[in-house]
Amino acid sequence: MSSSKMPKFSKTRLAEIDALVKRYPAAKSALMPVLYMAQEDFGYLSMETQEMIGNVLGLKIMEVREVVTFYTMFKEQPHGKYLLEVCTNASCMLNGADALYAHMKETLGINPGEITEDGLFSIAEVECAGACAGAPVVQVNNMYHEKATAESMDALITKVRAGEAI
Amino acid sequence: MISSDPTKVTRICFDNIEVKNMHKLDVAKKQGAYKFLPTVLKDFDTDQIIDEVKTSGLRGRGGAGFPTGLKWSFVPRNTGKPTYLLCNADEGEPGTFKDRDIMRFDPHLLIEGMIMSGFALGVKDAYIYVRGEFLHEYNVMCAAIDEAYAANLLGENILGSGFSMNLVMHRGAGAYICGEETALIESLEGKAGRPRFKPPFPAVEGFYGCPTVVNNVETLATVPAILEHGGAWHAAIGKPNNTGCKIFSVSGHVNKPGNYEVPMGTTLRDLIENYCGGLQHGDTPKVVIPGGSSTPWLLGEHYDVPLTYDDIMKAGSFLGSGAIIVMDETADLVAVTRRLSHFYAHESCGQCTPCREGTGWVERVMNRLDAGQGTEEDVKVLFDASTHMAGRTICALAEGAAAPTLSLLKFFPKDVQAKLVEKSS
Repeated sequence: MSSSKMPKFSKTRLAEIDALVKRYPAAKSALMPVLYMAQEDFGYLSMETQEMIGNVLGLKIMEVREVVTFYTMFKEQPHGKYLLEVCTNASCMLNGADALYAHMKETLGINPGEITEDGLFSIAEVECAGACAGAPVVQVNNMYHEKATAESMDALITKVRAGEAI
Repeated sequence: MISSDPTKVTRICFDNIEVKNMHKLDVAKKQGAYKFLPTVLKDFDTDQIIDEVKTSGLRGRGGAGFPTGLKWSFVPRNTGKPTYLLCNADEGEPGTFKDRDIMRFDPHLLIEGMIMSGFALGVKDAYIYVRGEFLHEYNVMCAAIDEAYAANLLGENILGSGFSMNLVMHRGAGAYICGEETALIESLEGKAGRPRFKPPFPAVEGFYGCPTVVNNVETLATVPAILEHGGAWHAAIGKPNNTGCKIFSVSGHVNKPGNYEVPMGTTLRDLIENYCGGLQHGDTPKVVIPGGSSTPWLLGEHYDVPLTYDDIMKAGSFLGSGAIIVMDETADLVAVTRRLSHFYAHESCGQCTPCREGTGWVERVMNRLDAGQGTEEDVKVLFDASTHMAGRTICALAEGAAAPTLSLLKFFPKDVQAKLVEKSS
């Protein structure tokens, strides 16, 4: 990988990271927040991005990789503009999450790990979202949609495709 | 306002939960937030606060139910090292969603609890570790913390008291295991969240090797009321050894799922019928998981159990985090167990062989059983794998993973048998 292709944080971001590091006893504690920043800026964590983060925080690449691969919310692959994460754990399951998840996969015509042709959507089955009173729960880019139904998710997908705000 | 008469107290942490815009400092102050803080900072000392919390009988609300005052008393003093206070807001136990409401609706209650607790423990830097999915709650907390700094409730020389404390929000990233306190510490140090051997306990050697207290959101949010009204006041609410109020997160087959805070000792039936709008089907639940998915199941015959740590234990389970998952006659228990076994296999951190391998075996067998492809031999393997992984690992995840399968086999063998493939001899 030539250095010209290496992703770079903006100056504002680097200043933010400097401030962030000071909030912890050691720079390594800032790794997870910095990974979130990188995901926000670059969409996902490519190997080059992970290398760059290691350089910024003074960590070995393996220290960064260990964390990236351990936590499910750090993504090493690109996904659609909207990531739909359906909780199918016990409380959501008892309230119809399996059928909802199957319906959404069919509507979008994709499986986990894939992106719709228009680049808009990816889907994933996730563990308990901690909002079980609103079962079944679907997270749309970390915004919770509670008591989700096939109809409400169809409507959301239609809105996004029409370019409307959700 | 919370009554100073303990017999009249029905809620503590949720006292202001319905107040509109309670997340804003000016609204929270009108409701009495930070009112007693200057008195604590001026007139109380470490021993006095720890004594009040001990007297209150407050037990950790995150799941283990360990006495909070006792936990605090284990922190060594004058070690020359900083002492850290970490709030566990990782809330990942399936069925639990109570801390989320405290953070998004009444963040200043948690902040005030942390200032008071931090003052008691001589803390300079405190952190709130919130699960990554709670982005909204993280943002609400960050905004509330900013307001608290601007009002000199956090930072240097708080309200002119000479006490200084910083409070930082930190997001997890989707690992259930980080709710275990030593895994949380590892994670906050920027590593994979793998639980540590104990001892040493975090109180002695925790965050970056320094004395560290890890408390749950609800636990810390209870501290302001205890200091204002006194430990004896709190001890008079609920039942002996099970004092105060508790938030129960009720989900599954009830008509009005939600968070309900009630005095300890309220019965399960009272909670479900009078707060949760009753069951979706039938008069008696088939299964109630009382304390999150890692706790053994209770049955319809336990419907009148008082909700206390001790009574639930007598009934054969644990109060845990107060996450009650209710299943009526329509529930497919083999399918639910299969789903939970997937959860534990996915969330095992992998460092202990019995858990890493055991949760995988259990999941694969449950997949076969639920698909109607299981045999008698599979049932034996399920029992062996479940019993052999529990108690043989660094942390309690494996025990939690064994709870659903062992409950299924113990209480509903017929449900399992009904799904077995017919024996071909």
